[in-house]
Amino acid sequence: MSTNTNSAKKSGSKTKSFFKSPARVTLLIAGIFLIISLVEVITGATDISSPGTSGATLRFAIPLLMAGLGGLWAERAGVINIGLEGMMIVGTWTAAWFGYLHGPVIGILAAAFFGLASGFFHAIMTVKIGIDQAVSGLAINLIAAGAARYLSGIFFPPVGGDRTVSPPVDTLPSFSIPIIAPILKSIDEKEIFFVSNIAGLLYGVTKELSVVTVGFLLLVPLTSWILWRSKFGLRMRFSGENPMAAESLGINVYRTRYIAISVSGMLASLGGAYLALVASSVYREGQTAGRGFIGLATVIFGNWKPSGVFAGSILFGFTDAIRVRQAESVTALILAAGFVALLLSIFYTSSRRWKPAASYFTIGLVALWINQSVETIPQEFVTVFPNVATLLVLTFLAQRLTPPAMAGMPYRRGSE
Amino acid sequence: MTKSRLFWGIVAPTAAILNSLLFVYIILKLRGVEPIEMFKLMISYGFDPRNLVSEINQTVAYYMAGVAAAIGFKMLLFNIGIDGQYRMGAFFGAVVGAAVNLPPVLHVLLIILVAMLAGGVWAAIAGYLKVKRGVNEVISNIMLNFIAAAIIAFLLSPNLLGSLPEGSQNLQTKPIPASGQMPTIKAFEGEIYTFFFIAIVVGVGYWIMLNKTIFGFNLRATGLSFRAARASGVNAPGMIFITTVLSGAIAGLVGIGTLLSDTHSYSMAFPSGYAFTGLALALLGRNHPVGIFFAAFLWSFLERSAPVLEFEGVPPEIVIVMQGTIVLSIVIAYEVVARINLRQQQRAVGSANTENQNSQAEQVKETK
Repeated sequence: MSTNTNSAKKSGSKTKSFFKSPARVTLLIAGIFLIISLVEVITGATDISSPGTSGATLRFAIPLLMAGLGGLWAERAGVINIGLEGMMIVGTWTAAWFGYLHGPVIGILAAAFFGLASGFFHAIMTVKIGIDQAVSGLAINLIAAGAARYLSGIFFPPVGGDRTVSPPVDTLPSFSIPIIAPILKSIDEKEIFFVSNIAGLLYGVTKELSVVTVGFLLLVPLTSWILWRSKFGLRMRFSGENPMAAESLGINVYRTRYIAISVSGMLASLGGAYLALVASSVYREGQTAGRGFIGLATVIFGNWKPSGVFAGSILFGFTDAIRVRQAESVTALILAAGFVALLLSIFYTSSRRWKPAASYFTIGLVALWINQSVETIPQEFVTVFPNVATLLVLTFLAQRLTPPAMAGMPYRRGSE
Repeated sequence: MTKSRLFWGIVAPTAAILNSLLFVYIILKLRGVEPIEMFKLMISYGFDPRNLVSEINQTVAYYMAGVAAAIGFKMLLFNIGIDGQYRMGAFFGAVVGAAVNLPPVLHVLLIILVAMLAGGVWAAIAGYLKVKRGVNEVISNIMLNFIAAAIIAFLLSPNLLGSLPEGSQNLQTKPIPASGQMPTIKAFEGEIYTFFFIAIVVGVGYWIMLNKTIFGFNLRATGLSFRAARASGVNAPGMIFITTVLSGAIAGLVGIGTLLSDTHSYSMAFPSGYAFTGLALALLGRNHPVGIFFAAFLWSFLERSAPVLEFEGVPPEIVIVMQGTIVLSIVIAYEVVARINLRQQQRAVGSANTENQNSQAEQVKETK
């Protein structure tokens, strides 16, 4: 019995180190791409790794990433921010209106400022007054949506817009990375198996990059650095894990949370600004379309880590891009997922972990069966993929998740 | 104690409403219109008999959402999934109602039962995840709302359960035959849904269930203290699950009034956003069946009388902002009141303690 558990532990740590070593992760990703290129050859769905798709993936992923990072900042400090959606609306509206008046740069700055203000508002409600965090967030969603519609009705019609649509706004400048992008393009066009696929994918994310995109992507390592390498990050995580102990060690939990939640609002709002100024050039009612909630989902999906949030938003952005560009590719993708699951099952069998091996084997078979029996996956289901994925993660991997212990719990200074 | 509770229960919502009125007053002033005139306009338009009828019908739907949320609140559950549960209820009620042929009253009862079942089953997912997997019900319900909308949008496609009537752009289910429709009461040139009476039954049932049954006692006990209830023999996790399902079942009835008396089929035109409204009404009405009714009426009154502002150059969406501020003000008011009460209790306990000590000291002196 004891040897049995020992070996299980051993193999468990083996798998962990397998996924942890960077070289192997690269190998894994390369393997996945090999499978995808194979699948593309088999099914003829050529759009999965085309530059257009990777570019679109990035465009869809950035707003989710920003909302996700916003959720991460708030939850790490111990407050759940359900108002992300409303804060994104604040961002879209202010970016469009101030962008129309003074140009896109001012638009972005305005979105950052008003986002900060909306986050600060959430902080006053939840930290200072201490009302239920979900009520405050939902009220922010409602008020932001109502205010945006009210203000649109007043400001946009006189300047050539509509009650629901702003006048067109200049977009921010974009650029292609010199030298690298053209080389990748030429490789992509040669259509060499596998190599061209990767080149095409990279070409998609190196051409016509917006300045903001680069800046926003840099926020991922920055957030990581702040959370785990800076004094403020330590205080922030401490406030989220155990505010009472933090307070007893002289950390000002209230102030920490104020700052973190304000930043959270700013990030979500910038995500909204991206929708209005980069992904399109106009404010439109309902533009955010529940992205704030998907941002909330990426936080869970990414296990409350910046890199995880990034991975989650790329995944969800990718499914969005596929849905918009070539809906038939989704079945090809399921085939790829099926192959990956079967490979994982072989991997687990070789390390004698029968239970995961069996479950991955079943998943693989189901995926292959779906691919064989269904023509196209209905759009509606692709749209809610992030929601379903998050529910599944919460249901089956809840033991592996490490949320901040006190996120969502009310905390009053001096109380238990 | 009870007197002060009733007093605060009325003062706090009133203060919240006044507070948001003040807020809207300032906004309207900034817009350059005379706020008092606008309020008068809204009141006279809202109490116009024809509008009153549609307000009452809307109140019934909101009332159901409010009661559904209140059942959850009694258990400290935040049922933000009302949106998905109501959709499931209305959709499957419509589908089953159109598929069967039954005598009049039975047919209606079946539709109502199916709607409650569908809402309850959908809520049961969140309940199961909460009890067995420890998943926060707010997150799971938000996800489930999106999933419910997607499932219904998928099922509404023409080759499945939906159909596209001629001259319409709106996908809908097949119409429910006359035996499954509910009559309306003609009043003020309008028609009041008889579903109104079901709402009364639900409200009374909610009150009796909560205050007069063992189940209601267990529910409140678990809501007040999970551990204490469990220690005294209540199956607390089971109570959480049942409460979630019950809340979902009531949420399934939200759209039934419109379905049975007006549209007779489910379509994509059924509005969304009932979840937050329900929670807001339960908060505003302090989870009391009568309080929720007044809150629901206020909500539908605001919504139906807002369009008149359009003619004065004020976008009617201002009422959405107003509703949001009402909710915020009300929870702030409760929070402040709770803190004042706590402080008073602490002071009372503290002074009792010092009195005790004094008398003890005197006794000691006397014995000496």
